[in-house]
Amino acid sequence: MKAAPLLQVENLYVRHPVRGQYLEAVQDVSFEIPEAGIVALVGESGSGKTTLAQAILRLQPAASGQVKLNGENLLAMSGPRLREARRSIQAVFQDPFSSLSPRRTVLQTLTEPLLHFRVAGRRKCEQMAAEALQAVDMDESYLQRYPHELSGGQRQRVALARGLVTEPALIIADEPLSALDVPVQARIVELIRSLRKERKIAFLVVSHDLSVVRRLADHVAVMYMGRIVEYGPAQQVLAQAAHPYTQALLKAVALPDPKQPPPRVLDGEPPSPLTPPSGCVFHKRCRDALERCRHQQPPERSVSGSESRPSQHRVKCHLWDD
Amino acid sequence: MTDPTRQAVLSVRDLDVVMHGNGQASRVVRKLCFDLQAGEVLALVGESGCGKSKTAEAIMGLIPQRSGTVSAARIELAGSTIHGLPEAAMRRIRGREISMVFQEPLTALDPVFTCGSQLAVLFRRHRGQGRSEARASSERMLQQVGFADVKRVMRSYPHQLSGGMRQRVIVAMAMACRPQVLIADEPTTALDVTTQAQVLQKLTRLGRDAGTAILLITHDLGIVAQYCDRALVMHDGRIVEESDIGQLFSAPVSDYTRELVAAAQGVSL
Repeated sequence: MKAAPLLQVENLYVRHPVRGQYLEAVQDVSFEIPEAGIVALVGESGSGKTTLAQAILRLQPAASGQVKLNGENLLAMSGPRLREARRSIQAVFQDPFSSLSPRRTVLQTLTEPLLHFRVAGRRKCEQMAAEALQAVDMDESYLQRYPHELSGGQRQRVALARGLVTEPALIIADEPLSALDVPVQARIVELIRSLRKERKIAFLVVSHDLSVVRRLADHVAVMYMGRIVEYGPAQQVLAQAAHPYTQALLKAVALPDPKQPPPRVLDGEPPSPLTPPSGCVFHKRCRDALERCRHQQPPERSVSGSESRPSQHRVKCHLWDD
Repeated sequence: MTDPTRQAVLSVRDLDVVMHGNGQASRVVRKLCFDLQAGEVLALVGESGCGKSKTAEAIMGLIPQRSGTVSAARIELAGSTIHGLPEAAMRRIRGREISMVFQEPLTALDPVFTCGSQLAVLFRRHRGQGRSEARASSERMLQQVGFADVKRVMRSYPHQLSGGMRQRVIVAMAMACRPQVLIADEPTTALDVTTQAQVLQKLTRLGRDAGTAILLITHDLGIVAQYCDRALVMHDGRIVEESDIGQLFSAPVSDYTRELVAAAQGVSL
């Protein structure tokens, strides 16, 4: 029997109460992350990607569904088991300016999780902090610095080092690159890839930037209005996007080459999640919408592949109905 | 590089900016020279900290004397100097002759007034329009930046709109007086790709229609390639390259530009 994947999300729902009704922030989301895998979660702001990441971290309660860590339901854990699980899932947030305490040195920031989880004595913890800093290409001289003495890229590397220091199996990174310059982004991308390779750390990268997906992810989940509308191997999804929404996201990117076609604007705004449209949630902005898209929710289908060997590339769109 | 037959609407020569802080002086802009031609979209490209935002602030007269010193041989708007003008005179120029769009649309809008009233006040103050005329002008402006339900946007407070909608309101405000120059500092960095395309298309189209020259400050070479005519590449306070967009990507002159282009294309292609 195959071992359970590192992280398995099954039929997860997250609801926010809003003025007497419920807003479905995450709806029926399922996907998994294998050991040392990198999965990207993309979508516009408000699509529910950050909420999903927070629900996995248990920073927001899930309404129903399961999140399994090594086969065990994370959402049902409590006490010491939860504490242990939290050590193996770490978070890195978007803005390295607000996610690091301005009053703590890099050393204090890095040793805090270790001391919290009582990993070792102070001496040993400080040594581990120095090692984590080395892993992100910063030398020990930075240990005594405060965040304001660091550049944006250095701060993001410290935030990543804090994620690493407890030796987690999974790091959930919410827009880890979007606050950084392109050359700095390239270095962080390299860093994440080497961490995955050398330390077998898996990543869930939340991003609105498709170029990040291209360079980093094995698999990509495209979210729209709280649902995963397309999922599959990253290269395949980018090369042959099956959902009109994914296609629109790709066409909206301004490519750094004047010979490439100009970006195309996706019409309209996402609808209010309090009053989602009937049928397919994307039909009002979709250029290819069919009559049935207005009334019927599209089921999830496999793109390409055959019956005997179904492909991992899946889409929720009526255009793929037989 | 500069075509002498065309009239530069904004002309800058030997701009130096020295910032004081923590008891040290740091020279963040060095001997900067450029001409912004009428009707063009000129990119000012560079990494954070290279001095591109300080350049914009210096031109706009937004660096207070206690925090920095601005010196220049020339900062001219349509042939007349705006360097060292008293604050009262600068205030008449800002918003009317040169306007600015910043990265974060939430801080540029006043949270306690509706978008409609913030837009209308520009037409009343700078164009001397009456209440109902200013209202009609505001609605027309909002239509031009792509809003379908203009009345609802007029009534909305900034927090009731999404980031992309807010930034389009800002663009409408910046273009309200058909300024000669628009300086946009990372106008879409905080936005999604989909809304980024929408905002930049509206911005460049409005600029073209109104004859406004645009200085677009960005670190994103995709934006440079797709929306700009010419580019200045800035590194460490200096301009290291001035090129047409075609040349910038096909045959960059400086090593630094080559590195930037390679990094950007490596990430996205």
